Amino acid sequence: MAEPMKIRATLQGDVADVRILMMHPMETGQRKNSKGELIPAHFIKNVLVTHNGKTVLDAEWTQAIARNPFLGIRVKGAKVGDKIIVTWIDNKGDKRTDEVAVAAGS
Amino acid sequence: MNKVRRRVLKLAGGAGAWTAAVAAGLLSGSHALAANRNEAALTAKRVQDVLKHLGASGMAESKDIVITAPDIAENGAVVPVAVTSKIPNTESIAIVAEKNPFPLAATFDIMPGTDAYISTRLKMGQTTDVRAIVKAGGKYFTAAKEVKVTVGGCG
Repeated sequence: MAEPMKIRATLQGDVADVRILMMHPMETGQRKNSKGELIPAHFIKNVLVTHNGKTVLDAEWTQAIARNPFLGIRVKGAKVGDKIIVTWIDNKGDKRTDEVAVAAGS
Repeated sequence: MNKVRRRVLKLAGGAGAWTAAVAAGLLSGSHALAANRNEAALTAKRVQDVLKHLGASGMAESKDIVITAPDIAENGAVVPVAVTSKIPNTESIAIVAEKNPFPLAATFDIMPGTDAYISTRLKMGQTTDVRAIVKAGGKYFTAAKEVKVTVGGCG
């Protein structure tokens, strides 16, 4: 099972600043191991973000996203306590879903 | 011949993973829409092919797209890139690193109610233009910024 994401959502005005850090090797399929064999590609294909059940972002990724991917988005019309849910699925079918409540900004 | 076969197999595999996810009840019906992943564009090896498969051949340069990326990236394995579109009704943002083995890095479908802003980190094989392609109101707009890469991050 994949490691949990780190998600932070802080309210600034009526916009939630959402920062997501996913734990994933994001293997390109172009690197070779010490024996000279290609390491098979292993990367997150799709990322879905919802705000109180409504989809706000639907992303399609490739191996060109850096290892342990970071994603930052801004969700409008958010309030403290709103639920942000992030799901990713990789090219091997592994997936992970985590959620966070929007926190008050400083 | 083999290439075609490989692509077909790859497409089939991708579809299978999504079907499994839907079956597992992880994704509700509306989310299953994501299954129409633009595999042709995402695995194209030339920028022209990426544009063709995105349907963005007739795109216009726009000053309303702001790309935030370093002028010089010391480590090509982690290049922070942010894209902001000030074009009204922005529907999607695609990020292309023109000289990467697979130029299209990612596409982001922005739903109404979300700021047309994306921040992420790319891998870049060598010095090249990072291009953002924005779809707004059915039209395509683009902007680019050169990022010099000291050590490539694809190998």
